[in-house]
Amino acid sequence: MAYEVTSAVLRAQIRLQRKTAAAPLFTLDVSLGIPPGITILFGPSGAGKSTLLDCIAGLLRPREGHISLEDDVFFDSTRNIHLPPQLRRIAYLFQSPALFPHLTVEQNVLYGISHLAPEERRRRVEELLERFHVSQLCDRKPREISGGEQQRVALARSLITMPRALLLDEPLTGLEAGLKSAILEDLRAWLGAHRIPILYVTHNREEVDALGERVVALENGRIASVGVPHEVLDAPRRHRLAQAAGFENLLEGTVKDLREMEGVMRVQLGQSVSEIEVPLGHAGPGDRVRIAVRAGDILLATERPAKLSARNILEGTVSSIEQRGATAVCRVQSGVPFVVHVTQGALRSLELREKMKVWLVLKTHSCHLVES
Amino acid sequence: MESLWLSLKLASCVAAILLVLGAPLAYWLAFTKWRGKFFLESIVAMPLVLPPTVLGFYLLVAFGSRGPLGKLWLALFGHTLAFTFEGLVVASVIYSLPFAVQPLVNSFESVDKKFLDASAVLGSNRWRTFWRVIAPLSLPGFITAAILSFAHTLGEFGVVLMVGGNLPGITRTVSIDIYDRVQSLDYSAANHLALLLLLIAFAVLSSIYAMNRKVWSPWPTK
Repeated sequence: MAYEVTSAVLRAQIRLQRKTAAAPLFTLDVSLGIPPGITILFGPSGAGKSTLLDCIAGLLRPREGHISLEDDVFFDSTRNIHLPPQLRRIAYLFQSPALFPHLTVEQNVLYGISHLAPEERRRRVEELLERFHVSQLCDRKPREISGGEQQRVALARSLITMPRALLLDEPLTGLEAGLKSAILEDLRAWLGAHRIPILYVTHNREEVDALGERVVALENGRIASVGVPHEVLDAPRRHRLAQAAGFENLLEGTVKDLREMEGVMRVQLGQSVSEIEVPLGHAGPGDRVRIAVRAGDILLATERPAKLSARNILEGTVSSIEQRGATAVCRVQSGVPFVVHVTQGALRSLELREKMKVWLVLKTHSCHLVES
Repeated sequence: MESLWLSLKLASCVAAILLVLGAPLAYWLAFTKWRGKFFLESIVAMPLVLPPTVLGFYLLVAFGSRGPLGKLWLALFGHTLAFTFEGLVVASVIYSLPFAVQPLVNSFESVDKKFLDASAVLGSNRWRTFWRVIAPLSLPGFITAAILSFAHTLGEFGVVLMVGGNLPGITRTVSIDIYDRVQSLDYSAANHLALLLLLIAFAVLSSIYAMNRKVWSPWPTK
């Protein structure tokens, strides 16, 4: 292997203001260090993820801050340094593969290494085409290959330059799940041999779980939390993040009383009589709180369940059932509306239909307190 | 027929010069973020609305031995530009400038910014990005620019008359030749030349429109 193994940390401290479609004045204000390995950048759309990537790549110039990799300074507002993207050696993969339509697959992959000797180019292009399983496509034009193949070629084209850091902006969006995991597998194999800092933008949970070592959650131009995927995404403390992380149920409620010995508190939902037990949080009796629950974490029963460990059993009526691929989305009214995901098998065996009386079962620790 | 060959020679020279001069100008117009860009845009577009006689008049003044361009030419080549083939070329380049610059600006602007970003992050500077990405993707724009400036120069009359006069073999272009023959009531000769110009104009325009049809485009559709 001719590749050098680096262990450099990519540091970015960025302040930037710009007008966007969503907000008249959007402010990005972040400071983060990205160690070698994959860091997932997670957040709702409009949080500033792509803007942050553009700044690191050099396509956008922040108003103030500092961007560096090891000893190389890419941007420093106090010293008036702004290296253009072509001198940074940071690979950047966009949401669309952006393959040059007038070049063949092979010419596309060779694009970034024309300064190298012919034998070296030959060697690298063969290795990369092989690695991403696109050798057989090398004479085709981008429009003649599928979307998944295009994204593989785009990966090969980026990585052949031996980048010192890699930025990926939702590169697998829109690809079918099987294809996605195959590409992730190839990418992970490449990463095994090259420890460089990688920032991977996605709001897909499966990609986070498949790749993530660290997650940085961005919201409204600021870093909301940093940690391992489980910590950041399974106990979201902020409302918009909760929606992005796939918490379909966001319930408003009022804290009734605390049971500190048991580590729980009781919360009255909305204006209804329904009460649920949730883990203790930064709230006292009378406080308004928001509780996030995944639709897949709620159980449905057609008879009142007895002798269960789950502490929250709510009575309700099915208001609608909607088929969405392999799962069925049931909306249940129980003082407040709930969204529940059940499998097709469960839908059949319970003979669920609209207006049917059901019981919702929620484990205490499936209920997450969210900052509002 | 001498006049037709002169016109074709003039039009080819002008089209070639305009591609070389027009490309950097169009690149600048397409990609600058300068607020005063409209200023240059209006100057480039001016020949579209100005009567050729007005343009020709000012050029004649500039070409004369006391005009700036005339002085320069006199110092360099020992004669002024007025009533010479070179003078016609310079005048036509200015007169046909918008016909070369506009299609180039349009095609440069229509290159997806993602390709430019991709080229930059793959290590290419702007010069290389232009040659490897923008120029090949703008091929129809270059062809349109060449054909339009060629055709426009072929048919010009007012500017040629003002700065070139009517010297056979030097500045008597085909449109002036036609005018001359009508003046001397030689309608059949005028008709032959006029019909030839008409056919050339039709061939040129239909080739541009055919090229802009997606199916025939020399360029694969995106």
